[in-house]
Amino acid sequence: MVGEGALIRARGLTKRFGDVTAVDGIDVEVRRGEAFGFLGPNGAGKSSTMRMIGCVSRPTAGDLSILGLDPRRDGPAIRARLGVVPQLDSLDEELTVRENLVVYGRYFGMSRAAVRAKATELLEFAQLTERAGSRVEPLSGGMKRRLTIARALVNDPEILLLDEPTTGLDPQARHVLWDRLFRLKRQGVTLVLTTHYMDEAEQLCDRLVVMDGGRIVAEGSPRELIERYSSREVVELRFAADDHAPIAERLDGLAARVEPLPDRVLLYTDDGDAAVRAVEATGLVPLSVLARRSTLEDVFLRLTGRTLVD
Amino acid sequence: MTTTHDRAAAALQSGRAPLPPARRWLPALEFWLRAYRRSWRGSAFSGFVAPLLYLGSLGYGLGRLVDDGGRAGGAGVGVAYAAFVAPGLLAANAMQTAVGESTYPVMGAVKWLRQYLAMLATPLTVTDVLLGHVAYIVLRVVFVTVPFVVVGALLGAFTTPWVALAALVAVLAGAVHALPVMAFAVRAEDDTGFSMIFRFGAIPMFLFAGTFFPTDELPAVLQPVAWATPLWHATTLCRDLTLGTAQWGSGLAHLGYLAAWLVVGALLAVRSYTGRLAD
Repeated sequence: MVGEGALIRARGLTKRFGDVTAVDGIDVEVRRGEAFGFLGPNGAGKSSTMRMIGCVSRPTAGDLSILGLDPRRDGPAIRARLGVVPQLDSLDEELTVRENLVVYGRYFGMSRAAVRAKATELLEFAQLTERAGSRVEPLSGGMKRRLTIARALVNDPEILLLDEPTTGLDPQARHVLWDRLFRLKRQGVTLVLTTHYMDEAEQLCDRLVVMDGGRIVAEGSPRELIERYSSREVVELRFAADDHAPIAERLDGLAARVEPLPDRVLLYTDDGDAAVRAVEATGLVPLSVLARRSTLEDVFLRLTGRTLVD
Repeated sequence: MTTTHDRAAAALQSGRAPLPPARRWLPALEFWLRAYRRSWRGSAFSGFVAPLLYLGSLGYGLGRLVDDGGRAGGAGVGVAYAAFVAPGLLAANAMQTAVGESTYPVMGAVKWLRQYLAMLATPLTVTDVLLGHVAYIVLRVVFVTVPFVVVGALLGAFTTPWVALAALVAVLAGAVHALPVMAFAVRAEDDTGFSMIFRFGAIPMFLFAGTFFPTDELPAVLQPVAWATPLWHATTLCRDLTLGTAQWGSGLAHLGYLAAWLVVGALLAVRSYTGRLAD
């Protein structure tokens, strides 16, 4: 019996492909009912980790236990209780929306009657009831993704795994999706997702780990991470200069931390307005001034020196 | 927190319980059959038309010339050409159908449409995925073999009830040819290998492994090459059955050769699928 409601436990989890180490000995724990995120840029090892948690990829080393079971021995039994939303759609384009749900439910051994009833319920949830009989191919990207999520719920999974769920979607589609995921969370489904979008991580996740180069570089709730690795506010200044480093030196001391980037200078401070006034007092005239809240992007920048999105 | 007992009870109530391994692959077969529902009319039509065309043109058109040559003192094939070529076409048709279904659909299931990946995220294992698809391909071979036998019988090319057994041999030949091609296709990154399979495998076998003329007519050095192909064994056995020349010894030998290929092909396919899909 897994203690303290830890549904997923990984210790020293490693995945190597030949010479390449995609996941380098990570420790992760996901608790029942929470929304857990893996945040990191492309190539950080998030998808490889998800595939191991989804019991479709064998760990090279380390321990992994899901729902108290060992993926090496109980893959089918674990997968029967998971829902998977992959990064690339695997819907069958020639089948109808409803048929996609039905056929997937059958993989779980559901009876035809059970699957039919479940499909109707899921079409409601995904707001696709009107398109139930249409082929998948002409649907928009957002609809296909909603269908993929609905499909992943056909077996009433205890854990829903989502790999980059809103990549490639327009802002409105993303918000609809987040709304659906919020509802699921309220219903008690444990969510595990990977993303390279900091707004998605902040909105959806109770806890997250920041991954880079196959390793975990930080762990905590979005708020904890921002408090620990960044300031409350950030002031972005753009100047008419090719090199912002000398300007950053002149601004040194005006804020808790001054960070020059290729195209702007960031001032990390708890009071953005005060920092802006202090900049003006130096006599420097920036081209643009933006005072904003700190985000996970700033956390990532602090931890790795790079941005989340290239 | 739900106990194992509660979950099992809930599972039974919802009509959902994980399938035992012996039946877990059946939904994979069901998937391919559902997808086939979209296009079955076209292939059902050609399933009846193809034997009409082939038996008509080769069996009876060309056949008349061959039989005339036989009557005029030439070698002939010993029987009416239509009766000679029909079992060859039966086996070859099964082979070509199987190979066709084992190339692009398999590669597409990994790379483009990713049906295999969808299945593997569920309780299905790699073996279930392979089994479900092979079972479907075998059914597709049945769907073309039955009309062929019916049309052939109606045209008088098949005149004995043993043709039913020949049909089973043809279906076996389909499975034998499907598995190695599937093993190749699941790893394929593009379709250049497929044109090689057609050009240097399927088509030469179709033309030279006994379908249209006895392999005695081949140059001596090429005859063993023909005898090594599984198609030759299937064709010969089908022909022996439909012409009434079957014998237990040679019949079982041909069957054994096909069975050996089946086993080796299955092992290759399992290994290839596992390597590609269960990294």
